[in-house]
This record gives sequence, C-alpha cells and structure tokens, in this order.
Amino acid sequence: MTQTHADYQLSQLDQLEAESIHIFREVAAEFEKPVLMFSGGKDSIVMLRLAEKAFYPAKLPFPLLQVDTGYDFPEVLACRDRWVDRLGAKLYVASVEEAIKNGIVVDDGKTSRNRLQIGTLLNAIEENGFTAAFGGGRRDEEKARAKERVYSHRDEFGQWDPKMQRPELWSLYNGRLHEGEHMRIFPLSNWTELDIWHYIGREQIDIPEIYYSHQRRVFQRGGMWLSESEFNPCKDGEVVVEKTVRFRTVGDLTLTGCVESEADTIDKIIEEIAVARVTERGATRGDDKFSEAAMEDRKKEGYF
Amino acid sequence: MADNTIEGYTAEKPRQMDLLRFATAGSVDDGKSTLIGRLLLDSKSIFEDQLEAVEATSQSKGYDYTDLALLTDGLRSEREQGITIDVAYRYFATPNRKFIIADTPGHIQYTRNMVTGASTADLGLVLVDARQGLTEQSRRHAVLLSLLRVPHLVLAVNKMDLVDFSQEVFDKIHHEFTQFATKLNIPDLEVIPISALQGDNVVTRSEKMTWYSGPTLMHHLEHVHVASDRDLVDVRFPVQYVVRPKSDDYHDYRGYAGQVAGGVLKPGDEVVVLPSGMTSTIEAIDLFDKEIDEAFPPMSVTVRLADDVDVSRGDMIARVNNAPKPSQDIDAMICWMTNDPLRPRQKLAIKHTTRSARAMVKDIQYRLDVNSLHRDQDTKELGLNEIGRVQLRTTVPLLCDPYSKNRTTGSFILIDEATGVTVGAGMINSGS
Repeated sequence: MTQTHADYQLSQLDQLEAESIHIFREVAAEFEKPVLMFSGGKDSIVMLRLAEKAFYPAKLPFPLLQVDTGYDFPEVLACRDRWVDRLGAKLYVASVEEAIKNGIVVDDGKTSRNRLQIGTLLNAIEENGFTAAFGGGRRDEEKARAKERVYSHRDEFGQWDPKMQRPELWSLYNGRLHEGEHMRIFPLSNWTELDIWHYIGREQIDIPEIYYSHQRRVFQRGGMWLSESEFNPCKDGEVVVEKTVRFRTVGDLTLTGCVESEADTIDKIIEEIAVARVTERGATRGDDKFSEAAMEDRKKEGYF
Repeated sequence: MADNTIEGYTAEKPRQMDLLRFATAGSVDDGKSTLIGRLLLDSKSIFEDQLEAVEATSQSKGYDYTDLALLTDGLRSEREQGITIDVAYRYFATPNRKFIIADTPGHIQYTRNMVTGASTADLGLVLVDARQGLTEQSRRHAVLLSLLRVPHLVLAVNKMDLVDFSQEVFDKIHHEFTQFATKLNIPDLEVIPISALQGDNVVTRSEKMTWYSGPTLMHHLEHVHVASDRDLVDVRFPVQYVVRPKSDDYHDYRGYAGQVAGGVLKPGDEVVVLPSGMTSTIEAIDLFDKEIDEAFPPMSVTVRLADDVDVSRGDMIARVNNAPKPSQDIDAMICWMTNDPLRPRQKLAIKHTTRSARAMVKDIQYRLDVNSLHRDQDTKELGLNEIGRVQLRTTVPLLCDPYSKNRTTGSFILIDEATGVTVGAGMINSGS
C-alpha cells in the first residue's frame, strides 16, 4: 500500500481486506471464545494473514482448530506448522481417527472422510465450548454459499437453517447466541478465487507447495487425477502415471484431484484461473460431485 | 520453492481495480435473473460446469432455450418451488472493476430483503418490463433505494424486444419515472432500454435501438463514480477493539482499532474521544506493521493517541470542533422485519456502530406507505415489512449522525432480546 492517497480511493483488494479485518475485530470483541478453523488450504491461510493484521502487534486473541482427516497432504501439515510457529498461535487438532475410535462418528466404510469431519468438528466445538468459529468459505464458491451470512447462526445441533437466517445489514453484525449455540463466521464472504490469489501474490503469503506445478504420481478416478498414496490404493484398471500437476484446492487427499498444469508461479496461476472454464470445486472435489445439492446438505448438518 | 515463485508476482491490475456494490430489484417476471445471468455470462464469470448444469436442467424441464435464471437459483427448496427466498450475493469483474451484486427476490419478504441488499449498495438497479411500464412494485423499489440512501439509481427498461424496440414506449416510461423520482432523494439517475434475453444494451450496444445514445448497462456500471460518495470531511472513528500486546517488545503499546466511518485522520490531528469528551492528539496510525500518513473510509486501522486517556470499545474518536452530539433520544425511520409487530413501550437491544445498548419505543409517529408515500399517523404499530417513523429512548447515549450524512454512524439494528433475532433496521433522522 502506498503512503498517500491523493484521490482517497481504496482498491478493491484493500476494501476487502478492511472489511475482513473489521469482521475479525468484531468477533474478538463480542464473543467469549472464538476459534479459527484452519484447514491449511489457501483460503484459511489468507484468513490467518488477515487475523494477524487485525490484531498486530498483539498475538491472535483466539486459537486455531484443525480437523485432521488422517488423509492430509504432508506439505499442507508442514505449512500449517510454519504458520503456527511464526504466529505463536495455539493449535487444537481434532482427529477424525480419534473420533472414530471414541465412537463419536461411525466409519461404515462408505462415508467419506470429508463427511466424517462434520461430527468430529461439531464435537470439538462443543467440547471446548467455542462460541464462534471462523471459516474460509466464500460466496462465489458454490450456490448454497451465495446466500450465507457473514455471521451464520448454528443451533445446538450445529445445524444451519437457510430459511431462518438473520437479516444482515450494513456492517452491523448480530452475534446473539443461546446456550449451546454457536456462530460460524465467514470473513472471506466477498472474496473470489481470483481475489485470494492476487492477495497471496501481493502479500507474499506462504502456502503449501502443492498449489504450484510439480511432478506427481497420479491415477485417474471419476474423471479426476488423484495422488498415489498408501491411503488410497488403486483399484483394478487404475494405472499410476507421472504428470506435471498442481492442486486448486486442498482437502482429503483420497478425494481431492489435481489438474495438469505448468503454473509454477502466482502470475501463471492467476493467468490459468482467469481463463479456466471450470470452478475449483467442480474440477477437483469429489465431495461436491455426488449431487447438485451436496454442499447444501453438508452445510445444514454443520459442515464448514 | 514458494518464496521464489511469489517474488515473481507482477500483476498490477488488482491494485488499481475498484469495487462497486449494487442491489438489484425486480421480480422473476421482469427478467432480473436473466439479466444477472447475462452479466455473469458476458463478463465470463460463468464456468463450464455451472453452464452445463443449467443447460441440463433447462433440457430436462423441456425449455426451448437455456434458462439463464437457473444460474442464480441457490437452494434446493427454491429450485423445487421456482422461487427465491433470500438475498444472494454474486460476483463478477471486468478489467477495471469488481462487482458485488446483492440479488434480492421480488415477492416473499420483499421489503426486508430489499432493505438488507440496499444497505451496503452504492447503486440500485430497478427493472421494469417495457410492456407493463411502471408498476406499484417498481415505484416501491425506488422508494426503498432512496430511503436507504443508495446514491446511484439505474432504471433498466427490459424486454424492449417485445415492444419492437420502440422509442415511444421507452420515452413514456422514462418520463413517468423521472416525474416520480422528483419526490424522492435520488442524486443520480440513469434510464437504459435493454433486452436481457437477447443482450441488447447489456454489454454490447443494441443495433436495433439506434435512437438511444446513452451508455450500455455494463458501461454505466463500469464507469459510475462512487469514490466521492463517502464523507471525507467529518471524522468519525468508532473504536472497535483495544490492541494491547502485553509483550516485552510492545510493553506500552495501546492502540485503538476500528474502521474509519468518515473523514480523514492524520497523525498530529487534535481529536476528542466521545462520550467522555477528553481531548488528545493522534500520535500515529498503524496499518499492520506500517505507520501511515492518513486514514479514510473504509480503511481498518489502529490509532494511537499521545495522551493516556481512557478509551474503550463503543467510544468514538472525532475532531474537537466537529463531533456528533451524544444522544439518548433517537428519531429514526425503522423497517420492521418480523411477524410480531413493533409496539410503543417495547424494549429491544440496539446495535449502533460498535456500541450496544437497550432501547425503548417511545412513540410510533407514522407508518409510511411505500407505494403512495402517504404517512399514516393513526397507526399504533408496525407490522412485518412495514416502515415507519419511530422515537426511541436508549439506555446509553448513541454517538450518531443523521443517516443522510453518514450511512455508518446513522444506522442501527434492533434485536429481540429473547430470541436473539434481528427484527428491525433503523435510519436515524436526528438525535436530540
């Protein structure tokens, strides 16, 4: 940012940043026990950067919570640890593995890890008494998200009721809760995928290397390239090949596909996205493919 | 690896790109969803997988053409019923500007949704069907946008293809609306003839309406000047959060964090802290790890003062000879948003800037008929989706301005203390 503004005009990235910082500060001021849901993906890292700016030079006034599917990319976990170290933040890890062992969620062999995260997450929120949970969701991601509030109310079962949402006016957020309820907070509501990338570039933000083009052993399943992994054995007829790829989203590695790409810099990634003809979720997320309303259903149950 | 690649970031465009937030009003029949679909499609903000899904749905429903309106249908219950139940936000960008659309539905909960969408909008886009001309609904849209002080208004006369692109039809609607608009507060009005279905005057200039010399809708959206809409004179800085690191490196640091609501703040400025009335000088303004020379709306910054005065959340920093007068008696227009009506002596929670208090309804002066602008003074209550002029008494003084002067320090929400639900939106006429 330049030091003087002759025309008193803020660029749209600066306006988005200012809005998000405002949201972080409102929540820190008004909620007893907020937490930032950290996935290690680019959106949650941008959230972390904005939170860092909101409270600087003080440390984050809330901890981070990560739901560990057990199927996370090692590069993502390494990046998470770098951020946690640098900010001196407190990190809670809620493990899906543990939740299965303790009978909090049931692994019937058919339900994806992504879906099992819901119970694990809700349990972690309840157990720790978190009253507000920041999520990296953006309204441009998906149709169900387009109607979500910045402050998204969840009942005592963690459910979202799209028909009972509170009207949200100006920048006046209503954080009222009853016992056992919590609020999901979406500071990136008005950011688009391109905004996120421009911001990562401008702020020189450290993100997992797998977002950049690299060589990887992959196989094809359901129209997507999946990473070879011990968690994800190949089925009959699936052949592992080496490709130059990158990931557009990072999640459960058994479900998150990569795209063939030579984009190894932010500029090239932005160029690639600008001409991309498929949404990031449509391209690479098996979890959103099951039905047109997949996201809406998961959200109602308490998904991120 | 990541570090090296990031240094290669050279994009300059997004640094200059600005932002326009606009609210759309109109019902499905006016072609609003088709128009939004058209804007998204023509600005290449629609992706193949989204378009494929819509094409497939259109086919399975037996439509002859791809129904662009399906692009903006959000929730399954809406798709099943073919209605829109809530404000939805859409995004698209051209090389110089990013757009956020607050897309408000036409029928159910109309006023409530429209007021919500308009509250953050720089521009309001009202659609009318050229065959129908102005309807009660289009007048109501304009009244609400004017009440919410949306500074720019566009009347898009749609479905021009169905009236043979007739200049006469357009002129009549144009004239009628301009007449009506004189009764409202609309600083900037543009009337544009379009066909959302065929794309005429949406992004590309229509060859069938050579009699029209004004801008296309997209050209207008791209060029309308919004930066000057903000108040850069009257300094208003509601304190949101006190930053106290309590670390060895920043032992004595005490910063007041907030988002500038008005005016330009500079280090060295003499300021007053409200409601205490204590004065001090701005020592520095921090934006993350940098000290900056000035802060203006809507920047989120941290202000440090030269003196050790008592400042906390809910206070406001203003200039010594230009500060709002703290007031517990508030005169406001209120839009009521819930089924149980608003009644005199009712007690509610109120949130105004960063200040929360309780408020009691002293009097309901009149109910405004948003169709006729008639003031019904016999009214005893305000029902769902009704708007009226109300007197409130608050438990603590609010540091407010008239909404016509400042949309941030002039607005508030009302919350039902039992349910926790937002039940009203207020625009302050004055505090006394």
